[in-house]
Amino acid sequence: MQVDTLELSQKFNLYGCIQCGKCVGGCPVSMKTALDVRFLIYEALVGVLPDPTHMEELWDCTCCFTCVERCPKDVKPAELIIGLRSLLVESGTIPKTVTDALQGIFRQGNPLGFAREQRADWAKDLNIKSAQEGCELLYFVGCTPAYDLRLQPVAKALAKTFQKAGLDFGTLGIEETCCGNEVRRVGEQGLFEMLVEEGKPLLESTGAKQIVTISPHCFNTFKKEYGLSGMQVSHYTQVVANLLEAGKIKFGGRVEKKVTYHDPCFLGKQNHIFDEPRAILQAIPGVKFVEMDRIRERSLCCEGGGGRMWVEGTNMEERLAFQRVQEAVETGAEVLAVACPFCLLTLEDAVKVKGLEDKLRVMDIMELVNMAL
Amino acid sequence: MIQVTIDTHPIEVEEGTTILEAAQRLGINIPTLCHHPALEPYGACRLCTVEITQNGRSQLVTSCNYPIRREIEVQTASEKVVKGRRLLAELLLARCSNVPKVQELAASLGVTQVRFEPHDELCYLCGLCVRVCRERIGQSAISFVGRGVDRQVGPPFLKFSTDCIACGACAFVCPTGAIQLKDITDKEPRPLLSEFDMGLARRGNIYIPFPQAVPKIPVIDREHCLHYTLGRCETCEVFCQAKAINYDQEDEFLDLDADAIIVATGFDLIDPRTKPEFGYGVYPNVLTGLEFERLSSASGPTMGEIIVNGKKPKDVVFIHCVGSRDPHTGVPYCSRVCCMYTAKHAHLVRDKLPEANITAFYMDVRAFGKGYEEFYDRVRHERILYRRGEPSEVYKRGDRLVVRAEDTLLRKSIEVEADMIVLATAVTPRADTAAMATLLGIERSPDGFFQEAHPKFRPVESTRPNIFLAGCCQGPKDIPDTVAQAKAAASSAMVTLSRVSRSRTA
Amino acid sequence: MEQPRIGVYICHCGFNIAATVDVEAVAEFARHLPGVTIARNYMYMCSEPGQNLIKQDIAEYGLKSVVVASCSPRMHEPTFRKAAQMGGVNFGRVEMANIREQCSWVHKDRHEATEKAKALVASAVAKAAYLEPLEQREVGVTSGAVVIGGGVAGLVAALDVADAGYPTYIVEKSDHLGGRVADLNRTFPELEPVSDWLPSVIERVQEHPNIAVFLNARVEKVEGYVGNFRVKVSERPEPFSVGAMIVATGYNVFDPKRKPEFGYGRYPQVVTTLEMEKRLAEGNLTVNGKTPKDIVFVKCVGSRDVQLGNPYCSRVCCMVSAKQARLIKEQLPDSHVTVFYMDVRTFGKRGEEFYDEARNAGILYRRGNAAEIYRKGDRVVVRVEDTFLRRTLEHEADLVVLAVGMEAREDVTDIAALLKLPRSADGFFLEAHPKLRPVDTAVDGVFLAGCCQGPKDIPDTIAQAKAAASSSLIPLIRGKVPVESATAVSDPELCAACGMCVDVCPFGAPSIDPVWNVSVVNAVLCKGCGTCAAICPSKAIRLQHFTPEQILAQVDALVW
Repeated sequence: MQVDTLELSQKFNLYGCIQCGKCVGGCPVSMKTALDVRFLIYEALVGVLPDPTHMEELWDCTCCFTCVERCPKDVKPAELIIGLRSLLVESGTIPKTVTDALQGIFRQGNPLGFAREQRADWAKDLNIKSAQEGCELLYFVGCTPAYDLRLQPVAKALAKTFQKAGLDFGTLGIEETCCGNEVRRVGEQGLFEMLVEEGKPLLESTGAKQIVTISPHCFNTFKKEYGLSGMQVSHYTQVVANLLEAGKIKFGGRVEKKVTYHDPCFLGKQNHIFDEPRAILQAIPGVKFVEMDRIRERSLCCEGGGGRMWVEGTNMEERLAFQRVQEAVETGAEVLAVACPFCLLTLEDAVKVKGLEDKLRVMDIMELVNMAL
Repeated sequence: MIQVTIDTHPIEVEEGTTILEAAQRLGINIPTLCHHPALEPYGACRLCTVEITQNGRSQLVTSCNYPIRREIEVQTASEKVVKGRRLLAELLLARCSNVPKVQELAASLGVTQVRFEPHDELCYLCGLCVRVCRERIGQSAISFVGRGVDRQVGPPFLKFSTDCIACGACAFVCPTGAIQLKDITDKEPRPLLSEFDMGLARRGNIYIPFPQAVPKIPVIDREHCLHYTLGRCETCEVFCQAKAINYDQEDEFLDLDADAIIVATGFDLIDPRTKPEFGYGVYPNVLTGLEFERLSSASGPTMGEIIVNGKKPKDVVFIHCVGSRDPHTGVPYCSRVCCMYTAKHAHLVRDKLPEANITAFYMDVRAFGKGYEEFYDRVRHERILYRRGEPSEVYKRGDRLVVRAEDTLLRKSIEVEADMIVLATAVTPRADTAAMATLLGIERSPDGFFQEAHPKFRPVESTRPNIFLAGCCQGPKDIPDTVAQAKAAASSAMVTLSRVSRSRTA
Repeated sequence: MEQPRIGVYICHCGFNIAATVDVEAVAEFARHLPGVTIARNYMYMCSEPGQNLIKQDIAEYGLKSVVVASCSPRMHEPTFRKAAQMGGVNFGRVEMANIREQCSWVHKDRHEATEKAKALVASAVAKAAYLEPLEQREVGVTSGAVVIGGGVAGLVAALDVADAGYPTYIVEKSDHLGGRVADLNRTFPELEPVSDWLPSVIERVQEHPNIAVFLNARVEKVEGYVGNFRVKVSERPEPFSVGAMIVATGYNVFDPKRKPEFGYGRYPQVVTTLEMEKRLAEGNLTVNGKTPKDIVFVKCVGSRDVQLGNPYCSRVCCMVSAKQARLIKEQLPDSHVTVFYMDVRTFGKRGEEFYDEARNAGILYRRGNAAEIYRKGDRVVVRVEDTFLRRTLEHEADLVVLAVGMEAREDVTDIAALLKLPRSADGFFLEAHPKLRPVDTAVDGVFLAGCCQGPKDIPDTIAQAKAAASSSLIPLIRGKVPVESATAVSDPELCAACGMCVDVCPFGAPSIDPVWNVSVVNAVLCKGCGTCAAICPSKAIRLQHFTPEQILAQVDALVW
């Protein structure tokens, strides 16, 4: 495939790049992958970018956007990677697992291979009203929490918390469909635009003033890429922290655990929400909160984003999640709290692979909240 | 003084004044073809013929060489005169039917028909070339040869002249372009090159350096002016209406008492031939930064069009640090201004040639001043490619040049083709810095520029009290830093002068 | 009205105007305008022959007013005013039409630009018919200067003004003189200690008979104008007057906590270059009680960073890093010192040689912008891509020095407001012209010195401070300054003493005369802004050189 490097350079504003290397220096996977986005930018600028068709390393990018956050010349290196991926999508040379996920989203509104009709099964005993009836707060569940058995308790815990706080909230039920955050990031621009085209009016039609998501990924795309008008987009940690501060929910029980928190890239690095999750954890009675070293803006990516839930990537023997859980264990924490379904799954997987189940438990913040409520 | 009337206008003239001169003073126009204010009148073309009447008798004379000796009445356009002129014009037009000047003359006299067989000559034997070579240049390299219808202008025996000095004066005065140097001599004329235009344009022996020159007064190049070299010419003197030309002007030596001296003698640029690998002087499309400045200037030799070798370049390469940061050339220091002016030049190329490929090779980009980094950002966004690697060589491939470098970011050796290469040459102390230093009794730093009293804390004082330094004579710097330093030197001088004036009034 | 006898001059400005505007057509058009005696076009009107044209025509044709259609009045109004004055026409009867910046430089279509130029010339000619002579005025200058800031810039500037014989007042916010240079250890490239020089300068300032120093003091209020500034300083009960002011307020150091990826404040191993200065001065380079073996310098922290809002270069950090790297290597010869960089900007005198010596001393320069720092045991790890190796490194270090940049001080808005000084996009004070007037500001009589105008090293600061001193000395030595000629004048017969002019004037120029009960405009304070003339309900106040007749004539000519 011949790549028009001039077009790429102009489209992604590569001319701003001074090749300082800050992007790659901060790229979480750069120690173990051939992916060097700075070098790709340079090759594009100079017109020697090779055919990306067989660049497997392009799929290593987790879209953590550390490069975008730190670039001193405001070039967005990760967008180039997404751009190259979209060229591969157009030519149909993408990993089969990605294709499967995309097809699932297209057909059944989720990448996990489940049926659309089953999307609301997790909530069947919870008596949550349909957002179409009108509500103040639109509770957007997300594909993974809706279908994945490990994540459904999180969805339930959040719903219960809203109910306890007396919020006027509703869900879209089986009308809810994939937010598309990962779809854009694997380069399927067409499908993403379709999801936005259909999703935006759907969300706005509820008349809700605020939309809250479980996943930072959904949060990120709704906030930055959907252009929702008249709706405040929140992540659940923001809402729950507010409820705690306003006294709308109170903790009755205790959780006697040493807890540390992992900042998800899509919540922390990209949207600068660091304090609310911590406020919640520290408000839970009995919790002894400890910080790891690589926190907040320097949080170590779990390798779940950017389509990595669907693609293994090169060099998977050295998963970053292994490093992460090790770091958590070294703080002496018994619980590694997270606020993202992908982080939960990848970190829990790492715990299992590394045989650390008796040392560390990976839990979503809502699970801890649920214990204490 | 003799009283004459020309076309009923009276005028008093000195004896010997020609009628033509008298008429010119009255503002009366008499057509001429072979007349030149700086040459002796020749009377060849006869166009200036007028009718004079004295003592009741009238005759036709050529006004260019008729000396007024007694009172006469002149008619410049009597019937006889006009008839004669018309015939002359007709004859001339017949000989030189395609020469614009002759056609204009004929038209102005109302001559439309030519009764004679038309020819296509360029030369109408006015003799201006012959006369200028004899009277002004003094070489007499050409003359009229042959007689009657075979008369023509040429060197002796119509062979290449050995006396011709290829000055081009004949071609310059020729009104029709009939005479060509290549017919007279096999010597190559060497044009004088304008120093201001970095040798990209020509100038004369007497010239104004550039339109905004201060003062805007012509200067004579004593090295080449024929007055000084051969004792000849002096044509400029004839033309100067203000009578301002004084060949005997000598340098004036003034004795001035000063309480303070400010040295602002500036800098030189390194001869790019000290880096022969870049092909400067060998390839005409390798330029220095200053040459590019002239090329891009609206009042420069190409009126601001970027044209090299007669073409607009499609691929332009800028090379930083040519001679600087290089112990081999004796310039281990940084020249400080090149990164920014190269960015500026690249921007100008982009402005004038929107489709050109522009590459700038660098080691470091030193955009350190106010607004400089932002400008560097701006030029990169204009699709100017900055590639890291100091080029090693320039060579030819067909009619293009090739720049050979290692792109240290690609980790590959590369060849980039170019139509124009601009070298950012090193800033050096002026050639006379050592002499100036001795003259003033001040010291120089190891880099050859003048030494400050203390490199950190006393940047404008020289090593001698009350002698201050301003600008690049102390080290390379850009305009804002130069202005600041100059004002700083002024301040130091003000302090000295205040002290002196206070001690005098005390 | 008598015959206007206007001379119109259309300038080619080389190609700047003539390439876009048909100057000959404009001159021909001008010839037929009412009141025009002669119209010419010429290559460079500002040149000597151009000016001579004006002078000759005044003599030959008895011109009463002059219109020059050329560049902006900001360029050459003084030139043409002087030429006319020398030719015998009062400078107030010169009007300019800007057919360059406002016409040929901003339009591409030749026909449109020419038509516009004609309109502009017609408008200027219409006004010229109504121009009246103006008076050239000067006021005396109060001797003395105020220097705001007692750092190197302020000290050096004050010394030059004081040495020239004028009283100088230094107003310093903190309790000591010397500013940030006092915190430095040794300076590049000579590696001499600051203490070899600075104390003697401070002493000279303190003992100088012409300098008064106010410590712990701030400038609270400034009124007046060049030659006569009335200044209120907090440490002095009474305000006092000076002729010039120099702003030398310095800079702020970038707080590296704003780049959280470097872990400054979390890790004791991460320090700034300023903190390193102190350590080098004390000879204490230990971290956590141990001697560091691996030291890393991270450059461009807080500079050259578009997203941070500091896109500029802080100019000194490359040399500071090289200097400190060499000093560290001197003190700890067995240590490994690495400098991570994007570019190496060692541009100053002896700078490149210094950089060469640093590398020869074994300091490793690696190209790559450090991205992150995290802890590993009692060391830290610097995550950086070496762009030449094309490899990401996890470089372990015992000590990381962040080369933090300079920023405008946070109280710069106060000073800017006090003195009405504009600022550039980077937050520092804006000089009057980026190339040719680096120490002047938009406010006459107020000059800039040092890093408050932009980051710079000590020699450049000192040069600039002396430059500011020389600029200040000009009005002081002359003893007088010209004041605006085109001021407002009130007609007592029309004035109803409503007082609106007094209310709106930003300079306090008009006042109601208590005896005659009419408005009187102080011609010295008046800056000719025209606000009073606009607001006067009875049109008693008129602004010279911008009278209603003149302006309406201009409008009529444009709308024809």
